[in-house]
Amino acid sequence: MSTLSKQSLAGLRVLLVLTVITGVLYPASVWAVSRAPGLHANAEAVGTTLVGVDREGDQWFHTRPSAAAPPASGGSNKSEVDADQTAVVAERRAGVARREGVAGDRVPQDAVTASASGLDPHISPAYAELQVPRVARARGVDEHRVRALVAEATSGRGLGLVGEVTVNVTRLNRALDARG
Amino acid sequence: MWAGLAQVALVLAALAVVYRPFGDYMARVYTRADHSRAESAVYRVTGVDPRSEQNWGTYAFGVLGLSLVGVVALYLLQRLQPLLPLDFGRGAVEPAMAFNTAVSFVTNTNWQSYVPEEVMGHTVQAVGLTVQNFVSAAVGLAVAMALVRGFVRVGTDRLGNFWVDLVRGTIRILLPVAFVFALVLIATGVTMSLRGGVTVDGQTIAQAPTASQEAIKVLGTNGGGVFNANSAHPFENPNAWSNLVQVFLILLIPVCLTRTFGTMVGERRQGHVLLGVMGALWSAMLALIWAAEAAGTRPLEGKELRFGIAGSSLFANTTTGTSTGAVNSTHDSYTGLGGGGALLNMLLGEMTPGGVGTGLYSMLVMAVIAVFLAGLMVGRTPEYLGKKLGRKEVTAAAVSILAVPTVLLVGAGVAAALPGTADALANDGPHGLSEVLYAYASASNNNGSAFAGITATGDWFQASLGVCMAVGRFVPMIAVLALAGSLAAQRGAPVTAGTLPTTGPLFASLLGGVVVLVAALAFVPALALGPIAEAML
Repeated sequence: MSTLSKQSLAGLRVLLVLTVITGVLYPASVWAVSRAPGLHANAEAVGTTLVGVDREGDQWFHTRPSAAAPPASGGSNKSEVDADQTAVVAERRAGVARREGVAGDRVPQDAVTASASGLDPHISPAYAELQVPRVARARGVDEHRVRALVAEATSGRGLGLVGEVTVNVTRLNRALDARG
Repeated sequence: MWAGLAQVALVLAALAVVYRPFGDYMARVYTRADHSRAESAVYRVTGVDPRSEQNWGTYAFGVLGLSLVGVVALYLLQRLQPLLPLDFGRGAVEPAMAFNTAVSFVTNTNWQSYVPEEVMGHTVQAVGLTVQNFVSAAVGLAVAMALVRGFVRVGTDRLGNFWVDLVRGTIRILLPVAFVFALVLIATGVTMSLRGGVTVDGQTIAQAPTASQEAIKVLGTNGGGVFNANSAHPFENPNAWSNLVQVFLILLIPVCLTRTFGTMVGERRQGHVLLGVMGALWSAMLALIWAAEAAGTRPLEGKELRFGIAGSSLFANTTTGTSTGAVNSTHDSYTGLGGGGALLNMLLGEMTPGGVGTGLYSMLVMAVIAVFLAGLMVGRTPEYLGKKLGRKEVTAAAVSILAVPTVLLVGAGVAAALPGTADALANDGPHGLSEVLYAYASASNNNGSAFAGITATGDWFQASLGVCMAVGRFVPMIAVLALAGSLAAQRGAPVTAGTLPTTGPLFASLLGGVVVLVAALAFVPALALGPIAEAML
């Protein structure tokens, strides 16, 4: 037991020193460097389009459903064999189909499933295309014009390989406000 | 499919580039005789004599003493949160949760029963949790190095100085890599803010000094996120590039340690065998999880579109094959086989390629068992790396591999039988049992990921999972150090014609078989009731 107490005392001293190094100096240095011009906007999420918040109204493109309970991020954690969740998904599908005036089988999967964060800013190109007529109608603008903005908010795969083809709804809705 | 494979290839190529230089660098860190000025300063301040080496018992008491102090300090920090700056009125963390979290971060588990956005302020995150992210990873590295020295050294009871190994791992390996990659992550879009939140389109989104903790979260195979959604949160993991960087960082140390090991024992092929087994199992499990998810009926539930099925499966396989437990998708929403694959990765003992240090020593323990079994088959005393594996060595190895299944199955069994458990689950049927099994597998193996539908904030879960984390961490560690001690004390057995060669495909197959067999013997019945039953629904 005396060995344990002796080693614990040494542990306490080492922990204090390492706390200063890794718990204070390290995060402080990363924070200080992140003030640099190239990094500051990212660090503070200035005008960020990384997160998606659904906006009510037909003049907006809608994000995916969210299962998060703000301020916490998070997903539904429901399995695909869960009967309640199957009902929820069917209801969402009917709702989107009604809103967009299409048959239920044309509603893509990302439109009826919640992401892991509940803050996913992205939708599939198919879901964006589905929403184009409604948004154009609500805003009284030509569908071609809306489609052009969708194309601008679409990112492909990095180097043609990395990631997925997605449409950023946050970016798209802001572009609609600015130029729609 | 091809784009997904290309991402996997990119990560593997990056690992191949750094494998030799970084592996050898780590070997030099733990074998060099001199101390840098910064290290000497630390030893002076703390009163550690860097020249005095310890036997296995003292080394183990160092591990335990540091961890004990770490738990107490982290518990107090959480309880005293209202007195600390940048707490955003989140208040004192309640006792059971503070205990669970303290054990969780000190044991490198990072199981999170709390919702960070509502519970943890920036000061506890940095001064408490980030510190343990470094320290717990450095402890894992230290124990692995002590075991390697056990094989290398002859006729001594000295395994090195725990405090020196701890400080070196922190200052020379974890700190510089974490610092550089924290900045890389910010460049990809990860946030680093002292604010409490940022308003986006009328909604307040929690903010945090994310990048500094994110880098060590993955590099140290810790896994505790600054946000509830962990690496699925856009501020922690904003795009496919940051996702690949995180997967790379998770694998970096565990993979390169096989080179460190080969270099230190003076025969690199010994490390290649371990890496081959780790890589083969990692690849097979990735194929299983990916294929299962691609065939799911609602595969996008709980996944971020920017990662897709490929980027999510890659991350899920990597985080559970190591002791990380960070998630970029909700494993609870995976298919029976996909989620079962993540669970199986943990049940394999997390050595594909395993956590920082823990992966290497877990695989070495399996190698000891494999050599022992081969010795039984041909009827001669088994030897591994020039050391005889007698009663003492095999007993230590057996204790090390049996501790986790014991607490895991007892914990999960009791939890499943308790009347309140059903109400704590988000899913019913076999998937509900999988949630319980996953929680105890995660805690006992120090992973930290969850089938997060389970509400583990009740006193039973907080306490029992805390015990599982501690037993699953320290019993194997002490057994490994005892093994190292008895190996180092040996005189060394000369290689003869009768010695089983432990390089090459034959031994690799034997080792891989033992890893799978040990897990299968312990866990097939439990798996049959959970994920396998679900897959057959």
